[in-house]
Amino acid sequence: MENLISLIFSTHFLFSTIRVTTPILLAAMGALISDRAGIANIALEGMMLMAALSGVIFSAMFESALIGFFFALATSLIMALVLAYFTLELKTHVILGGIALNLFASGGSIFILYLVAGDKGTSSSLASKVLPNIHIPLVKDIPVLGEIVSGHNIITYATILLIIGLYLMLNKTRLGRKIRAVGENKDAAESVGINVKKIQYLALSLSGIFAGMGGAFLSMGYVSWFSRNMSAGRGWIALAAEAMGRGTVIGTTLTSVLFGITSALANAFQVMNFPNEIINTIPYIAVVLGLTIYSIQKQKKKKSEK
Amino acid sequence: MSDKTFQMLRTLLAVLIALALALIITFIVSDKPLESFSLFLFGPFRNLRYMGNVIEAAIPLAFAGLATSILFSANLFNLGSEGIYYVSGLVAAAIVINVNITGVGLPILAIIIAGIVGMILSLLPGFLKAKWDVNVLVTSLMFNTIYFGFGLYFLNYYLRDPNISQIASFSFPDNARLKRIIEGTRVHSGLIILLVVAFVVYIFLYKTKWGYSIRMYGINKNFSEYVGASSFGIIMLTHISAGLVAGIGGSVEVLGMYTRFRWASLPGLGFDGALVAMLAKNRPLASLGAALFLAYIRTGADLMSRLSDVPAEIVAFIQAAIILLISAERFLFYWRHKMLLKEADK
Repeated sequence: MENLISLIFSTHFLFSTIRVTTPILLAAMGALISDRAGIANIALEGMMLMAALSGVIFSAMFESALIGFFFALATSLIMALVLAYFTLELKTHVILGGIALNLFASGGSIFILYLVAGDKGTSSSLASKVLPNIHIPLVKDIPVLGEIVSGHNIITYATILLIIGLYLMLNKTRLGRKIRAVGENKDAAESVGINVKKIQYLALSLSGIFAGMGGAFLSMGYVSWFSRNMSAGRGWIALAAEAMGRGTVIGTTLTSVLFGITSALANAFQVMNFPNEIINTIPYIAVVLGLTIYSIQKQKKKKSEK
Repeated sequence: MSDKTFQMLRTLLAVLIALALALIITFIVSDKPLESFSLFLFGPFRNLRYMGNVIEAAIPLAFAGLATSILFSANLFNLGSEGIYYVSGLVAAAIVINVNITGVGLPILAIIIAGIVGMILSLLPGFLKAKWDVNVLVTSLMFNTIYFGFGLYFLNYYLRDPNISQIASFSFPDNARLKRIIEGTRVHSGLIILLVVAFVVYIFLYKTKWGYSIRMYGINKNFSEYVGASSFGIIMLTHISAGLVAGIGGSVEVLGMYTRFRWASLPGLGFDGALVAMLAKNRPLASLGAALFLAYIRTGADLMSRLSDVPAEIVAFIQAAIILLISAERFLFYWRHKMLLKEADK
C-alpha cells in the first residue's frame, strides 16, 4: 500500500496522467462541439480508430509523421461528413448512424490493416513515424514541475491550445453564438436567419477533426503502432465526460482529467500484484459511477425547478 | 403499393447497394475479383457443411437480435448483449463443469441459471436508466467491458485448465453438450430453443399487455406516461426480458458449439444484435431471417477469405452501408412520394 501511495504522488504518475488524458480530452471536445450544435456524435470511437490506422499507414507510406497526421485528420473528417450527410440530408437517426460508423470502423480497420500490413493484429510490419515529444526550454529544468509538464507529445500541447481556442470560439465569437443557438433551439435559430444545416455540418466536421487528432495521438504518440481496437472505449468515455461536464468546455476538461486519472491509476495498479483483469475495468467502473452521480444530480435539479 | 411492400423493397434495395459496394471493393483489392466475389455470394451453397455453418452462426446472432429487438422496441439504445453473453456463457460452463447431474437435466439447468444471470446483469444498466435516466448506450458499453473483465478473471483463476496452453476452461462432460440435430453439420438443438424463444418473444411483444406497453413507450414516451404507464416499470421489464434472452443465447452458444469455454475476448455481439434488430425492424420473427442473412454473408466472407485474397472483414462495409441506408428516412422518400402522387392521380 505504501508503495502505491508513493507511486501516485510521484512525478511519473502525474506525467502519465497527462499522457492518458490527452486522447480522452480530444474526443470529449469532439463530443462537445457537435453536442452544442444539437447532434449527438457517438461515432467518435470509430473515428479515432480509423484515424489512428490512417496515421500509421500514410506516415509509413510518405515517410513523414506530418503527412500521416494530416491523413489521420482527413480520414476522421470524411467519416464525420458521411455521418453529417446521412443524418442531415437523408434523415438517418443519428444514434443508428453512429452505430453504423463504429461497426464499420471495428471491422473495416482490420480489413485495411490486413491488406496493407499483412496482419490482423498490429501494424508492426509498417515503418510508421511518430510525432515528436517537446521538451520545453527553461520549464524542463524546473524541478518536479518540469518533469511533469515537459516532454509530452506535441499533440498534448496542441490540445491545450485547442481547448482554449474552442472555449473562446464558443463563448466569444459570432460563430460560437450561432452554434449554441442551433443546439438550444433549432427552429428559433432558423427563424433568425441562421443556416442550421451549415452550422451542424461545421460542428460535426470539427468534431471529426478533434476525434482524428485523438486517433493520431494514439498511434503516433502514445504508442508507435496501430493495433486492432486500440481506441478501447475512449470514444465512449469521452461521451460520458462531455455529459458530466454539462457540455461546457471547462467542465468537460475537468471530467476528462478525472477519467484520465482513473486510467493512470489502473496502469499504476498493474505494477502491483492485483489481477489485471479486474484492474482494467477501473476506468469503466469510474465512468458508470460518474454518469450515475451526474444523472442523480440532474434529476434533483429538475425536481426542485418544478 | 402498400407501405409494407415499400418497406420490403427499400430494405432489399439497401442490401443490394451494400452488396454492390462490396463488389467494387473486391474489384479494387482482389487479383481475381469475380472468382472471389462468387465465392462470397454463392460459396455457402456449395455443400451441406457450409450451409450448416450458416445456421450455426445464425443462432447467436438471432438471440442477440431478439434481445436487442425488445430493447429497441422501447427505444432504449442498449448494446449490452455481448457482456451478458460472455458472463452467462461462463456461468453455464461453470455449472456443467462443477455440478454432477446425468442426462439432459444438466444443460437445461445450466441454461436456466445462465438466463437468470443474464436478467440480473441486464438489470444493472436498466435500473440506472429507469431510476435516474443514466445514458444507457454509454453504460451498457461500459458494462460490457466490466463484465468481461470480471468474467476473464473468473475464467483464469477458477475455471482454467492448467494442462492447456491457450486460455480455456476444463472440458465439459459429454451430456452437457447440446445434441446435434442435422447429420453432417454441427447444427445443434440450440436451434430448437431459439425457435421457441423467438416465438415467445413474439407473443410477449405483440400479444400481451406488457409487450404493448413496451412498444407504446418506444413510440411515444410522453403519451405512455400520460396514460398512466410507469416508465420505471417498463424500462425494468424491458431490460429483464432482454437480459433473459441474451443469457439463454450465451449459454446455448457455449454448450452448443464448444467442448470448453474458450472466449478470451468479447464475442462482439452487441453491435451485431443492433444490426439484426434494425434489419428486422424490431420484429422478433423477422430477426430469425435477418440473423440468417447476416450469418450467410459472414460465412460467405469467411469462405472467400480462406480461398481467395480478400479478408473476411469486408462484411464491415456491407453492414455499415445497410444500417445507414435502412435507417435513412429520406432514402427513396422522393420516389415513394412520386408513386403516391401517381396513384392519387388515377
